[in-house]
Amino acid sequence: MSDASLNSASQAASAPSGEAGFGDFFALLKPRVMTLVVFTALVGLLAAPMAVHPVVGLAAILFIAVGGGAAGALNMWWESDIDAVMKRTAKRPIPAGKVSRDEAFAFGITLAVFSVVMLWLATNALAAGILAFTIFFYVVIYTIGLKRWTPQNIVIGGAAGAFPPMIGWAAATGTVSIESVLMFALIFMWTPPHFWALALFMRGDYDTAGVPMLTVTHGRKSTRLHILVYTVLLAVMAVGAAFTGIGGPVYLAVALVFNALFLRDAVAIWRRDETRAEADNYRVEKRAFRLSLWYLFAHFTAILAEAALSGLGLGGWA
Amino acid sequence: MSFREEHELHKRRFGRNLGLGLVLAGFVALVFGLTVAKVSNDDFMVPTQQQEGK
Repeated sequence: MSDASLNSASQAASAPSGEAGFGDFFALLKPRVMTLVVFTALVGLLAAPMAVHPVVGLAAILFIAVGGGAAGALNMWWESDIDAVMKRTAKRPIPAGKVSRDEAFAFGITLAVFSVVMLWLATNALAAGILAFTIFFYVVIYTIGLKRWTPQNIVIGGAAGAFPPMIGWAAATGTVSIESVLMFALIFMWTPPHFWALALFMRGDYDTAGVPMLTVTHGRKSTRLHILVYTVLLAVMAVGAAFTGIGGPVYLAVALVFNALFLRDAVAIWRRDETRAEADNYRVEKRAFRLSLWYLFAHFTAILAEAALSGLGLGGWA
Repeated sequence: MSFREEHELHKRRFGRNLGLGLVLAGFVALVFGLTVAKVSNDDFMVPTQQQEGK
């Protein structure tokens, strides 16, 4: 950790407390990450073979979102020193001096307990248990444990972001099944190439913060190779899922198109060197990052479409 | 008697209180909706009173 980060952390910790606005606390919940959590959890809930009362479904999604937000707040509490020195995160509420670290911790812990208890009451113990484990995994295993000491932080930490569809499925069915594990696997395999593409063009941010991202520990050439390998594995898994319970012709068509595009970008990233990337301001890396967001959205929309079609007797391969 | 001009801090506090109030009102409505949904479920059964000594 650099002196700059230590100083920033102490400034953040001594920020005036008690006068943050509503929006500052909302920003602690990482609303953009929350949209991914809400969407994938909703797909898990709606793709499940058991109907859920709309109010129960709404409550389940809301409490899963609050749980995800609580994990985000606790992540910001722990990482305020890193956030302060990274351009991308310097304006977050704690480094910006709007919310103190203690307030963020209290806010995060309270919402974490609240969301787990309420999800239990609204749905079942299994869904609440997976939500509790997700928060624990993201905050303790990933944020406090892995992120600062292993370049595989993104690979293992990606599991935390992969749990929401499994929670949604468990909220509806009370079980964990192969379908929900496949949705988990899709996000788990997607996370590394998504974040490594970001790390390539957010050049210097992770170096400054001292976070051992693959770009810092193994170099950018190795990161480019890792993106290609993980994208190939992801493509095999994503297309293969078309022939399982969550897939069907619609999903297969979507998977073929998006995996072909993602593979094209991964190959292009692998073939480039830093000189070429700098020359066009990381055009391909930025395109791959944007595509990866559409990639996940398209796959989960296709899973939802297959579930809707099966309700009409048209989904899957039957 | 004249009122002092409202400080920016007061506006921020009002915004925070209003936001919290709306969130709490939404939560109450949600719990009410959940209760109605669960009670009107076909599987719902009113717990029977235990007889003394059993």
